[in-house]
Amino acid sequence: MDLPVPDDVPDNLKKRPMSTEKQHISTNTSHAVVLIILLSLTAISVSMAELHLGALSVAVALIVASIKGTTVLTYFMHLKYESLFFKIMVGGVFVMYLLIIIFLFFDYSFR
Amino acid sequence: MSYSKNIAPSEHHDYLGSKMGMWIFIFTELFLFGGLFLVYAVFRSQYATDFHKAAEETNTFIGTLNTIVLLISSMTVAMSITAIQNNQKGRAIRLLLMTLLLALVFMVNKYFEWGHKFDLKLYPGSQVLTNLPKGELLFFGLYFMMTGLHALHVLVGMILLTLTIFRIKSGRVHAANFSLIENSGLYWHLVDLIWIFLFPMMYLIT
Repeated sequence: MDLPVPDDVPDNLKKRPMSTEKQHISTNTSHAVVLIILLSLTAISVSMAELHLGALSVAVALIVASIKGTTVLTYFMHLKYESLFFKIMVGGVFVMYLLIIIFLFFDYSFR
Repeated sequence: MSYSKNIAPSEHHDYLGSKMGMWIFIFTELFLFGGLFLVYAVFRSQYATDFHKAAEETNTFIGTLNTIVLLISSMTVAMSITAIQNNQKGRAIRLLLMTLLLALVFMVNKYFEWGHKFDLKLYPGSQVLTNLPKGELLFFGLYFMMTGLHALHVLVGMILLTLTIFRIKSGRVHAANFSLIENSGLYWHLVDLIWIFLFPMMYLIT
């Protein structure tokens, strides 16, 4: 019994089982470039901390950390090449966390 | 009967579902540490001078060294996934072994860092620590709690990566089925991601 695939099944369903779905393969060069960027940002953040900028140092440290975190999520964790669904999911979690921080400090500042 | 030959249930593998499950688990981890970050932020704003004084006690050199070690280890994991996708089994294993070595370096540094604190009688519940001003006590409490919980994650990551090495050797992880190495990789990057935020909080901002 040989069951033919009907003609009206779209091509991408015919020959794309989940496990063999085409994957984006990052190159070793791109991994190395990402590492160099992350190490440079670390150097910036450490040298800025040594300048003792006071209240500004907290802001600088957190901004640099956020850039580093985004770089890790985008390239090492491969989000750049994932479907929109993954991007929305991860983005949504960070937006939710940001809202929690905002509400928490509203609460603390006005009590 | 070619129909039954075409369907091989034992080989079914939900690649997308497995990755999505890993991400959802990562979200729970982010909120676990995220909660502690909030505690830190609130206490830091309440005891600014105490936190400033206590943060100067942490060793910025070891902190920076461990940041570099973890960043490099994240790259070796990412490279090993590339190797598996390109069918380079030996290279993938070597890169994972390098990652394990870097993880070990991280833990050894942590041992010396914590050991030095213990020598100064700074450990949870110690007489010296409980006599410190309230804000400094809170800082060290968070320091041991957060870096300790993070170190626990490094250990779990090392176990996961070791398991992955064995699965690659036995041929169960390969170019057409690399969910395990990808998910272990995601976990390892999470460990790195958390450290990226812990590092300035504990070592840089004084």
